[in-house]
Amino acid sequence: MTEHVAQATGIASWAWLLIAFPALGATILLLAGKKARGWGHLLGSATVIASFAVGLATFLDAVGRSPEERVRELHLFSWIPVQALQVDFGLRLDPLSLVFVLLITGVGSLIHIYSIGYMAHDQEHRVGKANEERSRFFAYLNLFVSAMLILVLGNGFVTLYFGWEGVGLASYLLIAFYQHRPAAATAAKKAFLMNRVGDLGLAIAIFIMFNRLGTTQYTEVFSRAGEFTQPELLAIALLLLLGACGKSGQFPLQAWLPDAMEGPTPVSALIHAATMVTAGVYLIARSNPIYNLTPDGRLGVVIIGTITLLIGCIVGCAYDDFKKVLAYSTVSQIGYMILAVGLGPIGYALGIMHLLTHGFFKAGLFLGAGSVMHGMNDEGNIRKMGGLRKHMPITFVTWTLGYLALIGFPFLSGYYSKDAIIEAAFSQEGWRAWVFGGAALLGAGLTAFYMTRLFLLVFMGEERWKKLKSADGRDYHPHESPLTMTVPMIILAIGSVAVGFLLSKGNTLATWLEPALGELQEGGHGPIPHEIVGWLVLALSALGALTAYLIHGRKSVAVERPLKVAFPIRAARNDLYANAINEAIFARPGTWLTRALVFVDNKGVDGVVLGSAALLQGSSSRLRRMQTGFVRSYALSMLVGSVIVMAALILVRF
Amino acid sequence: MISFLAQPGGLDALQAPEIDYWAMAPLLIVLGAACVGVLVEAFLAKPQRWPVQVILTVLTFAFAGLTLGLRLTKDPKGLTTVAGALSIDRPALFLWGTLLALGFGAMLMIADRSVEPGGSFVASAAIRPGTIQDRAQAGQHGMQTEVFPLALFALAGMMTFVAANDLLTMFIALEVMSLPLYLMCGLARRRRLISQEAALKYFLLGAFASAFFLYGLALLYGYAQSVKLADIAEATGGTDRSDTLLYAGFGLLLVGLLFKASVGPFHTWTPDVYQGAPTPVTAFMGACTKVAAFGAILRVLQVAFKASSWEWEYVLWAVAIVSMAIGAILGITQTDVKRMIAYSSIAHAGFLLLGSIALNHDGLSSTLFYLLTYGFTTLAAFGVVSLVRNADGEATHLSQWAGLAKRSPLVAAVFSFLLLALAGIPLTSGFIGKFVVFRAALAEGMGPLVVVALIASAVAAFFYLRVIVLMYFSEPAADGPAVSVPGAFTTAAITLGVVVTLLLGVLPGFALDWAGAAGFVF
Repeated sequence: MTEHVAQATGIASWAWLLIAFPALGATILLLAGKKARGWGHLLGSATVIASFAVGLATFLDAVGRSPEERVRELHLFSWIPVQALQVDFGLRLDPLSLVFVLLITGVGSLIHIYSIGYMAHDQEHRVGKANEERSRFFAYLNLFVSAMLILVLGNGFVTLYFGWEGVGLASYLLIAFYQHRPAAATAAKKAFLMNRVGDLGLAIAIFIMFNRLGTTQYTEVFSRAGEFTQPELLAIALLLLLGACGKSGQFPLQAWLPDAMEGPTPVSALIHAATMVTAGVYLIARSNPIYNLTPDGRLGVVIIGTITLLIGCIVGCAYDDFKKVLAYSTVSQIGYMILAVGLGPIGYALGIMHLLTHGFFKAGLFLGAGSVMHGMNDEGNIRKMGGLRKHMPITFVTWTLGYLALIGFPFLSGYYSKDAIIEAAFSQEGWRAWVFGGAALLGAGLTAFYMTRLFLLVFMGEERWKKLKSADGRDYHPHESPLTMTVPMIILAIGSVAVGFLLSKGNTLATWLEPALGELQEGGHGPIPHEIVGWLVLALSALGALTAYLIHGRKSVAVERPLKVAFPIRAARNDLYANAINEAIFARPGTWLTRALVFVDNKGVDGVVLGSAALLQGSSSRLRRMQTGFVRSYALSMLVGSVIVMAALILVRF
Repeated sequence: MISFLAQPGGLDALQAPEIDYWAMAPLLIVLGAACVGVLVEAFLAKPQRWPVQVILTVLTFAFAGLTLGLRLTKDPKGLTTVAGALSIDRPALFLWGTLLALGFGAMLMIADRSVEPGGSFVASAAIRPGTIQDRAQAGQHGMQTEVFPLALFALAGMMTFVAANDLLTMFIALEVMSLPLYLMCGLARRRRLISQEAALKYFLLGAFASAFFLYGLALLYGYAQSVKLADIAEATGGTDRSDTLLYAGFGLLLVGLLFKASVGPFHTWTPDVYQGAPTPVTAFMGACTKVAAFGAILRVLQVAFKASSWEWEYVLWAVAIVSMAIGAILGITQTDVKRMIAYSSIAHAGFLLLGSIALNHDGLSSTLFYLLTYGFTTLAAFGVVSLVRNADGEATHLSQWAGLAKRSPLVAAVFSFLLLALAGIPLTSGFIGKFVVFRAALAEGMGPLVVVALIASAVAAFFYLRVIVLMYFSEPAADGPAVSVPGAFTTAAITLGVVVTLLLGVLPGFALDWAGAAGFVF
């Protein structure tokens, strides 16, 4: 696609600062350790804001150029110069990577600022020592930002992989940030392991590219994508999809993402909602020249996206944990994005657009959740909440705006981005329109249901917490959060309202992304006209919200979750048995394999090793007896030795 | 007399030989200082002897080192002097330097009076062990300072041994270096019975070995009509003389040399003597005797018997294998640190023999380098052993070393480092030493032997690592030993050994250059 890529000049040649700032911040904070207690959070936030400034400047610089000149590369250094494998470390500054840069550094800055307030409070009553751990938290966050920027800015698959593993590391460290909680440690381990499965796919895909083309740089791979055979293309497409599934929590690797909510809430907002988990969408959109050539590969992507969005919605309806509901909502929304990019040229830009709007409103929703839990002694169970709108007015308003944006309330962000995806899904031919479009439509209704349920249980209804005490025996005193937390929420709420309109008006975003993703094509005419799809979405969403109101809004909610429920709800509460399925598919065979290996190791390898050790030990003990301590026997052994040496010397001659 | 024997039919031509005193200066200084040391013992009052001996020793090493350094700057090839009896060539100078440095380290430990109050040596050797007087003297502060001149005599003998260019000089040097060592072994302050037993065993077996050497010398004289190494080499070069005389003589001579180098199966004295002797003396023997013995073996093999090497090569292969096997296998079941290091030294003797059989320039330089590295590591290891003590003196039983790292992390770390060097782990001098020796052996077509050596290294690594595991991962015994804080002397000796071990592991280039500067002159 891009035959020739210009070298970045001017402002863009400073783009390496984007990565350097947060990387430097992470280094300083990690080295300074507890010494950074007083200023670590300030430095950590400053580096990301500086990065945002550089990103904005680079972005404006690109806006000022003609569309053909917007794809540029910045060569930094030869990274792996080994014979046939030449990997350059460079940055690719094109419309796609630049919108990600703005999202990551922009939302990242807001969440860093929010964390100043959140983590200060957080540590105060958890450990009793304020700010002790906060600088470590900021170090990890900075590490994440720089790794994520490498991921989206890298100009080749190996660089992407480097960033991919970097964000995985940061995610692992941050999920397990509350090391004293076994649940956090387990969740981190789970995330780590399931990501390995996906990373394996990505790695093998890169190997195939290198094997065929001898390069892994984007420009080369994309312009020569036609050299792959059809089976190779399908394999690469599906393996990249596997990588995307791991990182973005898609079926069948979705189970780690809800557990990852054990990490601090800002982490859930930044990494596990707005940015890192969308890396899979980025990967597929970035590899569009490959997906364009393999319709079967795209079909795989669409199927995975559809299954995931339904799973996310269904499980989201059953959970009672504030953050886990939001996590499943994230799983489901990323399912929409994957579905969109799987549609090919009619969907890439739509997927990215939903990714951006989602980045705003989901980050806002998570920050709101953090604010609520913050005021409620870290209580996450929504059955114990209720009526909080009076006690947290700012959180209530900002959260409500995010919620409305998510369910696609007219003229808010989600309305533009999600509807477009559903319409695109319907614009396919034959059964595909009905299956994928129908699923997406159903998902919209379910989304409205579970989000309204969440909204009602948390902010409306009676104040159930008044009669309860938190786990550590304190009364609940819900209160509004400090400014460092509310201001980012307000900004994100404004974003949730306006971003969708701004980006879709006159196809601004789609036009902007053209140099990277190709032109956004109109879909075919599906079985249902577009206007009607729009109305259907609205109707189903309204129905979902209404159902939620009828069930949860009018009568009082039990504080304990009812145990006798129908099978579908039981299944949903068990993550649709995702863990059991994973157990059966991955864990059991793995366990059997390791058992078999351990058996071979014990009986075979150890047998040889221990046997020779025993032999040596035994001969040692036996030989030791010759060292009697008597000079006469020593002299005798010397004499025998001499005789043998002499005999050998003399006999050699005959 | 030397010239008389060295020159057949030279009865009429007896004349005073040319002597290059400047070239011999380091040797003469050590020998002269030993004599002065004896006078000090004779004429000074007891309390004054220790400080005077220490100052004398330091000065001796300073001047000997200085003259050696001056010698190195000129005459790149070397020369023979005293009518060809001594060959002061590059290998000899390298070995002298090694011996002086190691000897200095050992002397520091001998002089130390802080680790064991009063020093490691008995206050009055004439008192019978186990008597009331003996218990009284154990607490006494003085020591037999005769150990200083004795050590200097031994060192002078070693220096002569490695430079000796004819067999008779070599024999005299052998006795000069051995007799003081026998005595020094018996001078331990504590556990005097085992110390004296060690001395007696060493003496008896040493005398036995000397007899072999002397008999071999006689047979070789019969064969070559000369005791000069060069003449023997010439005689083997193609005559109709009796080969039986040659190989019988060579075999007997070799047994005497291998005994000194504690190569299996002539190693039997080593564990008992290492264990019984006072630890500073063990360090001196372990480091310096090994260097001297292999210096002489190298010279004898490379100068005199190179031409006949294909006849005896495989016999020495077998000896090397036996030595490596005995050292590595028997080391496994040792329960005493000093005995363990003794068996380690037997295994190392096998490796050194590997380099000595490789009769080329690389074989020479690599063996010289190995001797340098091994000497310093062993010296420091025995230095550490002398620090771990309980009420009865040194706690050498391995069970007493359990959990040492928890009490004395520094000592445990240093000892671990030295054990890793003995095992030949990279970044220690032991690795480089083994590497160059094995490479030289491979170049000479000794592949199978190198494989055996590698297996032996792996087996030996087991018992080194076992001690590290014991120190770091075992619970300390309730009544375990304490680690003495060493005085300046022992600290200096251990530091010297550790620094050189690390330095030669990281930057071996300069020492390898010295070792390979030039070959033997005869």
